[in-house]
Amino acid sequence: MNRVATLLRRRLAQAVPTLLIVLTGNFLLIRLAPGDVVDTLMISQGGGDPATAAALRAEYGLDQPWPVQLALFLWKSLRFDLGFSYFYSERVATLVFDRLPITLVLMGTAMGVALAIGGTLGALAAQRAGGRRDVAILAFGLVCYALPSFWIGLMLIVLFAVKLQWLPVGGVATMGSGLAGIAHGLDVARHLVLPVATLALFFVGVYMRVMRAAMIEVFTQDFVRTARAKGLSERQVAFRHVARHAMLPLATMLGLHAATALGGSVVVESMFSVPGVGRLAFDAVMQRDVNTLLGIVYVSALVVIAVNFLVDVAYAWIDPRIGEG
Amino acid sequence: MMHRGPGPGIGRRDLLAGAAALGALAAAGPARAQPAPRRGGVLRVAYNTEQPNLNAALVASNAVYLVASKVLEPLAEMDGLAGGVRPLLATGWDAARDGKTITFRLRQGVKWHDGRDFTSADVQFSAMEVWKALQNFGRAVFKDLSAVETPDAHTAIFRFDAPIPLQLVLNAIPALTTVLPRHLYAGTDIRNNPRNAMPVGTGPFKLTENRRGEYVRLDRNPDYWDRTQPFLDQILFRAMPDKAAIAAAHEAGELDLSCFTSVPLPDIARLGRLPTLEVVARGYEGAINHATIEFNLRTPQLQKLEVRKAIAHAVDIGFVVDNVFEGYAKAGTGPVPSTSSAFYTPDVPRYPYDAARANRMLDEAGFPRGANGTRFSLRLRPAPWFEYTRLMGDYLAQALRRVGIDAQMQVFDPGAHLNVVYRDHAFDITTGTHAYRNDPAISTTVLYATGTPPGVPWSNQYGYANPAMDAVIREAANEIDPAKRVELYHRFQRIAQEDIPLLPAVEHAFVSVVSRRLVNHHNNPRWAMSSWADLAFAS
Repeated sequence: MNRVATLLRRRLAQAVPTLLIVLTGNFLLIRLAPGDVVDTLMISQGGGDPATAAALRAEYGLDQPWPVQLALFLWKSLRFDLGFSYFYSERVATLVFDRLPITLVLMGTAMGVALAIGGTLGALAAQRAGGRRDVAILAFGLVCYALPSFWIGLMLIVLFAVKLQWLPVGGVATMGSGLAGIAHGLDVARHLVLPVATLALFFVGVYMRVMRAAMIEVFTQDFVRTARAKGLSERQVAFRHVARHAMLPLATMLGLHAATALGGSVVVESMFSVPGVGRLAFDAVMQRDVNTLLGIVYVSALVVIAVNFLVDVAYAWIDPRIGEG
Repeated sequence: MMHRGPGPGIGRRDLLAGAAALGALAAAGPARAQPAPRRGGVLRVAYNTEQPNLNAALVASNAVYLVASKVLEPLAEMDGLAGGVRPLLATGWDAARDGKTITFRLRQGVKWHDGRDFTSADVQFSAMEVWKALQNFGRAVFKDLSAVETPDAHTAIFRFDAPIPLQLVLNAIPALTTVLPRHLYAGTDIRNNPRNAMPVGTGPFKLTENRRGEYVRLDRNPDYWDRTQPFLDQILFRAMPDKAAIAAAHEAGELDLSCFTSVPLPDIARLGRLPTLEVVARGYEGAINHATIEFNLRTPQLQKLEVRKAIAHAVDIGFVVDNVFEGYAKAGTGPVPSTSSAFYTPDVPRYPYDAARANRMLDEAGFPRGANGTRFSLRLRPAPWFEYTRLMGDYLAQALRRVGIDAQMQVFDPGAHLNVVYRDHAFDITTGTHAYRNDPAISTTVLYATGTPPGVPWSNQYGYANPAMDAVIREAANEIDPAKRVELYHRFQRIAQEDIPLLPAVEHAFVSVVSRRLVNHHNNPRWAMSSWADLAFAS
């Protein structure tokens, strides 16, 4: 337990500067793009007069110089106040936390599925590297990795939703169905199959390759020969001894990919009409809704920091030598 | 002394709106025997551009009306036949001879969805505090409105400081006069009133649930003032930002309707061949857009009228109609679309496709081809608003290259485009859209008049200034004689097409994809933006 506490302290100390850099960077980036939320409000209305625009800018504080806006924003962020979205006329915290759960479910399931399938395929491939099974798995992994997710998603929709009609085209639940409890859960699960598959396929390719490479390396080490000499079966050697070691780089990748998966959810959520933070982030960029975007960045950064902390804990569990001292 | 105002729709002003709707229905479908409508059913509609604000009195835009027009009602709606308005919340209207007073008689026995009575106080509040003070187009149309008097609960007298054409007011009524409940808005911050996401209206449907990013749910209003309507039990607007997904959902039978061309243009033909679906291009006559090619007259080459005319001749509009719009459009002839029969004139200068002539005109204008075959280069900034504004940019670059003009193309996202083109004027040529709103005075003359400050989208940001043009626009704005007003707008169209600061190149309606199980649809010129009280599934 002591090791975990040390890790937590160290991670928290690193998190504060990370957050500051992320927030300031994003604030400046979106300031660099021409146009602000008042412009996009005018566009969404099909036009408007300049007096209204000026009044709105004054009301939203957009007429202040940017260092003042940035300082105000950082000060509010320190107190966990995410501010107000002028595009949605809603508190940013409400917007983001309404949508975060579905994105986390989508991301978590996709990563879990990718880890399970990718890890298993990688292990199977490594067992007889160079064999026919290995080649087949490698080819499959390459295809998963190379196909862009917007295309995969569309093809899955065409096949499973349009042609076979096994699964819904999009959304997270049947609208106005009034389902509750387990029936509602199953309905949501059915809706999430295609988006999860789309998001997971890319990572299956990655994890498969990482697992395979790591296992092949571990197979050459001395303790494996010892294990074989003890009379363990090849399966026991591969999954008990080799796979456990090979999982360390996999855990590293998982931590790195937490951010990538959040980014990937932008595409997947738009395609499958999933009301998550990815889509909210995309809309916020297009609408120059600075407050909403920075709120999402803030919360996403917290999520990524949390996932990486969990990965550290997992390291410590997989390899007892880590985190001592 | 009052007299009967001009304009169609007046003869039937005392008819029940229901009867008028039935008349429209009969007129809309004589060619094919329509199955009888049945009561009940849940309609699933694609909601491609989700709106944060559904207050149509505040934001008069297509995407807001798609949902809000079922909940909130204007004073009157466009009629089923070409032109004219039919009564909704107002049952009749008269204009005084001096053009400064319009009296509306309001429908009795109408209740808001929360049970309160609808009265003239609601109309007064909406007109003075919302349309005139805050609404994007109402601010211009109602700028001279000085007071709304309410002698009794069902009469509203609009007083104007300067004469206003009744013709303009009637044309503006369907889009600009959505009435809000005074008791929920008076004394509040109207722009940020939480009711804007959950409007309370008098319409045939009540908004019962608004799940942002998922769906908006409307339920039948059992107390609607027209007891025979609505037919549907429920309407679900499903938020779907991806157009390809909307096409797929249509194919899978998960949607009954999508409006405003919410599927990718290349998918339209394929969807139309499916036995369950119908692609409909009517019902948008009151929502015609132009796809435009806009010039920056600050650019020395484009200052020359001959160069602009040469470019107009260099563009093959027929090709654009067939390949960008899949045939669902036609060549535009001027700033007023041909569907606007009251104002349209075909008698304007035209610029048929003739690349050889374009080349000759450019030679004569003093821009011969250089050693590399190029005359000069232009910054092309296609608008990002629609799929077609981007595709037209691609086409334009090629068309210009054929006549020796090198187009350097760069596409921005909406927020940036607005600043680059309409505020900073850092462009030479751009594509765009112009929404015609049934009267040139609402959103068309502003494209040609001087005096709009930089930064206002869909206004004259081209550096175009012609005193004769300004004079015609000013004169028409306060001309109350409809015949003279029409003549002035004919002149306006001729000057616009002679000077071409922008080319209204393509005139297009939108397209809907509709389930064949639906009846009574697309039966008025603003159908997607109307109440759908008579829309039903076939029995």
